[in-house]
Amino acid sequence: MKRRLTWPVLVLALCAVPGTAHAMHITEGILPAPWAGLWFLVAIPFVAWGLRDLQVRSRRTPFFKPMVGLVGAAVFVISCMPIPVPVAGTTSHPTGTGLAAILIGPPLTVVVASIALLLQALFLAHGGLTTLGANIVSMGIVGGLTGYGVFHAARRLRLPSWLAAFLAGLVSDWATYAVTAFELASALHGSGSLGAMFAAIAVAFLPTQLPLGILEGVVAAGVYRFIQSRRPGLLECLGVAPGGAA
Amino acid sequence: MNRAVLWAALLLALGVAMSPGPARGASWPGVDEAVVERYATAAGRPPRAPLIAPGEGDMLLFLFLVAGAVGGFVAGYYFRALFPPKGKPGGASR
Repeated sequence: MKRRLTWPVLVLALCAVPGTAHAMHITEGILPAPWAGLWFLVAIPFVAWGLRDLQVRSRRTPFFKPMVGLVGAAVFVISCMPIPVPVAGTTSHPTGTGLAAILIGPPLTVVVASIALLLQALFLAHGGLTTLGANIVSMGIVGGLTGYGVFHAARRLRLPSWLAAFLAGLVSDWATYAVTAFELASALHGSGSLGAMFAAIAVAFLPTQLPLGILEGVVAAGVYRFIQSRRPGLLECLGVAPGGAA
Repeated sequence: MNRAVLWAALLLALGVAMSPGPARGASWPGVDEAVVERYATAAGRPPRAPLIAPGEGDMLLFLFLVAGAVGGFVAGYYFRALFPPKGKPGGASR
């Protein structure tokens, strides 16, 4: 009984951490309208791709819908959980999209990230509706694609799967914040240098995101190892590990 | 797995305990406030109030707690479907 409850209780305990989230989401009103619109235009095809992918794969792959539900809930909770970084004296949150992309693929990672970001913008004053497109691009699209790409590149290099998952979590987190810095710099640099402003914002993110990226990598590796040891057939069904069909 | 979780928690606790800690009087701002909003305000684009304001006082705290509890419940529900307790057959099929 105790064992059975360990994980749900752990998840609930982590969710119950009080406090408002302060993180990489670009806040309402920061981006000028043309830039906000541009990022929406970039995001929309990826969301459509993800919805199509959900239809196709849920017909074809066993366990797919419950896995999408689990990953979606995890991305929502993780991306509104402020984690204090003592070395920086600030808080920030992991994104969970690197791990999500390993398990359900980049297109569906965009969908679950979009839903999470929309709910946060609507009800939690976290991010914003006008900046939703930019936040989807940085967290959902770039986080998902880099996580997936790094994981599979590392596997091709014959690195152990836990290390590949660690690198995917780490790089997807850092890539998300790098793109956030680019989105801000491209919209706000004015007559100044885009490169200089991008570098300044990216460097300002570093003290918080360096350790947090490592934490995200550890979580991704831990979750991957857990699934691998507890239910390896699931990874084969999802096409993550050899032997199954995605 | 439980041993791995314990080791991870121990390492995390050690890391926090041995870190130099924040500057005195640090108020734990988020990076949105410390970085995003700082640069946006300097560029003349301060953040606007959210379109749906969460209200005053502890309302936002309440909303985060509800969101966390609902998210945690959904995650737990699907977790049990995908990873049934050992000894129990099955799990979700679709």
